[in-house]
Amino acid sequence: MTNPEILRYTQETGDFSRMLESIPYARFIGLECDRFGDDLIFRLPKKEENLGNPVLPAIHGGVIGGFMELSAIIYLMMSQETLRMPRIVDFSLDYLRAGLNRETFAECQLTRQGNRVANVMITAWQKSRSQPIATARAHFLLED
Amino acid sequence: MNNAMRMDRVRRFIATLNQCRELGLTVTSAKKGQLTLCLPYSDRIIGNPDTGVIHGGAITTLMDTASGSVIMCALEDFELCPTLDLRVDYMRPAEPHKPVYARAETYRVTRNIIFTRCEAFQDPGETIANCVGTFMRIGKEAMPKSFRELIDGDTK
Repeated sequence: MTNPEILRYTQETGDFSRMLESIPYARFIGLECDRFGDDLIFRLPKKEENLGNPVLPAIHGGVIGGFMELSAIIYLMMSQETLRMPRIVDFSLDYLRAGLNRETFAECQLTRQGNRVANVMITAWQKSRSQPIATARAHFLLED
Repeated sequence: MNNAMRMDRVRRFIATLNQCRELGLTVTSAKKGQLTLCLPYSDRIIGNPDTGVIHGGAITTLMDTASGSVIMCALEDFELCPTLDLRVDYMRPAEPHKPVYARAETYRVTRNIIFTRCEAFQDPGETIANCVGTFMRIGKEAMPKSFRELIDGDTK
């Protein structure tokens, strides 16, 4: 993320398309993001390529994890106004319900931020926010 | 069941998972209670465009798949076991332009729960990430017979 112009553009307009376009993995799974006031809602549209279990069918658990992890990274970059991508240290993921083949949402919460490490909680849901399909928490290194 | 049968079973299973086909996951080796999968490098899964390092999410998918599929190498009958939780510790970023391997094992199998651990590495001894997982046994009847036969092929 060396392009400060993209970050400034994203912060000023709330249009994440250019930022997400610059991250290949975001395009690979189809991650989108919208800003509502100061809040960010991440969205993973329905996509056949993201499926695991073909019988249900359900989104691959790893994709749900990757979606939540990348959501947390973008969330941190926006709240820190940093150009550097935070480095993930660990990631703990609880799967609560099957992620069916439909649109999935995620939101993040900064639980604690120290000088070097941030702790972020991530919740993912589909039809109703009150019925999350997965929750996760992650630690990130903000600098080397 | 011998190792060749275990490998075929995992290959057939992974072939049914769209995301694993997208990532190009392959089976490197299978033994009783042990499985190694390979994730090839691709520009499409880069997480940091400045460094070319692949995104942790692709490694999470690799490790989730390896941990979930090693169960097929531990149990006689095919059972699809949903993931309850995964805990991933990232030791170092994966080096660009090289494949990442994930070696998973079941270290405890109970009537209801299967406990797994998994190591992602590139060169031996250079761990990229460690992962522990728990999987729920929901019984082999939870999957339709046709799907079980597809995965078992004629190995039984």
